Amino acid sequence: MAEIKIKGVEKRFASFTALHSIDLTVKDQEFLVLLGASGCGKTTLLRLIAGLDFATEGEIQIGGKRVNELPPRSREIAMVFQNYAVFPHLTVFDNIGFGLRMKKMPSDQIRQKVTKAAEMMHIEQLLERYSGQLSGGQRQRVAVARALAMEPEVLLMDEPLSNLDALLRMEMRAELKGVLQESKTTTIYVTHDQVEAMSMADRIAVMHGGHIIQAASPISVYRDPASRFVGGFIGNPPMNFLPAKRSNGHWTAAGVAFDGPSVDKETIEFAIRPEDLDPSDTGLSGRVRVVEPLGAHQLVTMDVDGHLFRAVLESDLPIGSGETITLAPKPDRIRWFDPDSENALQ
Amino acid sequence: MTAADIAVSAKKVRPTDHRSASRWLMAATITILCLWVLVPIYLILVNTLSSPEEVTSWPRQFFPSFDLGSVTFFANYQGVARALLNSVIVAVMTMVFSIGLGAPAGYALARFDFPGKNVFRVVVLMTRAFPLPLLALPLAIMFIQIGLDDTRFGLALVHTMLAMPFAILITASLFMGIPYELEEAAWTLGCNRFTAFVKVVLPLVMPGIAASAVFAFVISWNEVFAAAVLTIQNRTLTAFLLTSLNEAPLALKFAGGAVLVLPALFFLFAVRKYLFAMWGIANR
Repeated sequence: MAEIKIKGVEKRFASFTALHSIDLTVKDQEFLVLLGASGCGKTTLLRLIAGLDFATEGEIQIGGKRVNELPPRSREIAMVFQNYAVFPHLTVFDNIGFGLRMKKMPSDQIRQKVTKAAEMMHIEQLLERYSGQLSGGQRQRVAVARALAMEPEVLLMDEPLSNLDALLRMEMRAELKGVLQESKTTTIYVTHDQVEAMSMADRIAVMHGGHIIQAASPISVYRDPASRFVGGFIGNPPMNFLPAKRSNGHWTAAGVAFDGPSVDKETIEFAIRPEDLDPSDTGLSGRVRVVEPLGAHQLVTMDVDGHLFRAVLESDLPIGSGETITLAPKPDRIRWFDPDSENALQ
Repeated sequence: MTAADIAVSAKKVRPTDHRSASRWLMAATITILCLWVLVPIYLILVNTLSSPEEVTSWPRQFFPSFDLGSVTFFANYQGVARALLNSVIVAVMTMVFSIGLGAPAGYALARFDFPGKNVFRVVVLMTRAFPLPLLALPLAIMFIQIGLDDTRFGLALVHTMLAMPFAILITASLFMGIPYELEEAAWTLGCNRFTAFVKVVLPLVMPGIAASAVFAFVISWNEVFAAAVLTIQNRTLTAFLLTSLNEAPLALKFAGGAVLVLPALFFLFAVRKYLFAMWGIANR
């Protein structure tokens, strides 16, 4: 149980800056997800917190104590690695008890804690096995149990589910969320999978190019992206963007006038999520290119004013490719972005 | 038969012909290489297991009489026991030195990026580029000057120089095979660099380290030139046999040969998997 404070942290490798002045506070018992595409710096940030790499500048605090100079073993953290890193020469029992043994804990206490952690992850029947005799999902469970057995102040997880197949990943996602809620440990979880981020996080920090673009609850990241990048990155299919021009007090996008923010610009960007569009007589019209039925919904890809535009519509609407349809955006779901700074406009 | 049929059958025949020819060539090459290695070993074994009279008599026998006369004669020959002991001591020292120095170097090559890493790798190999006779005489003079001549320790140093490049490269490839994540996981679980190495890396590379130690042992065990030049009283078995080639009877040479060849063969066979790994050859 501890708060993590990251103040102005920078990480430079020879000629490359991986992290630009990161400021972030993770509250006690919070589940924070670092979300971003590969190369955005999320794993680097996690490794700095773990002490596997060292920050070039700035300060990292865990539980109010500066840890910049401390090695991983003195930081009260536990980490789950992407490839599990289960020690192949030890049994599952010895893997889970490894950290406790390093703490020189008496063996009856080790046995008790290992059993508890194994029960939490439902692997108590595998304790005598070696990692070579386990499936990927089981190894994953061992890695999490090993971290939980340490009863750390902070739990760090680096894409722990990315090596599992889709079905197992969904199962583990829910189970992990339950276990972590119960353990009440401050958790930082790195992933590139936005579904994972959305479904598990208390708060998502979206990273891009070594910056944290937005750190907010999953719903507000989704509904109110702080920048055009977040809108385009979160959501599948992503947000639609159209250029909007100023015309006597309104903003005109694809020939339709909308009420928008009052800013001193000639052109800004209009944005709407694909599911926030309804068929209507007036609104944005365009020619349908492709219709993809998805069961409950259909994904319609169309041209609006020469721009690619996607809409998720009820699957019983009769729409064929080549037709021209008109869609009305829900007024309260329209968002606006500054095309230069890419930031959201109010 | 139509023209098309003929074309088809011709197509069928040609690749088979080609394949069987190359297969014959392959089989012949393998046979020659095997005989090249096995016939001398066979002759050594037959003669070692025959009585001294049979060794010098004619015609030769293809099967040994399993007479231990030659072996007994060899074992009792003046100086053999001492030379054998010297060989073992020098080889063990070589083994300890080349692993003790080579394994840390291999670990550094595998785990750290440092300036001159590639140069270092090449230099390690370059030490094997100079023929030993070229180095042996200057070395002998230097050893005399600093009082290392005719000592087991001095000879072990030279043998270490011969064995270390292999020790470094084999252990480097072993360490590279251990995911760095395992060490990092150990650090987060309360280890420092050293305890992580001892508790996680070492148990995983131990079989390979043992193999590379055995290889160092065999290099020293088989080495004759430096041993002959640098020692007089403290001859190893190879040097002893070489210098007594002229005076010793045939039976002694064969028995000595067998004593030299068999441990080396046995050890190398036992560790072949790891030696192949050094050159990236999969052994399945």
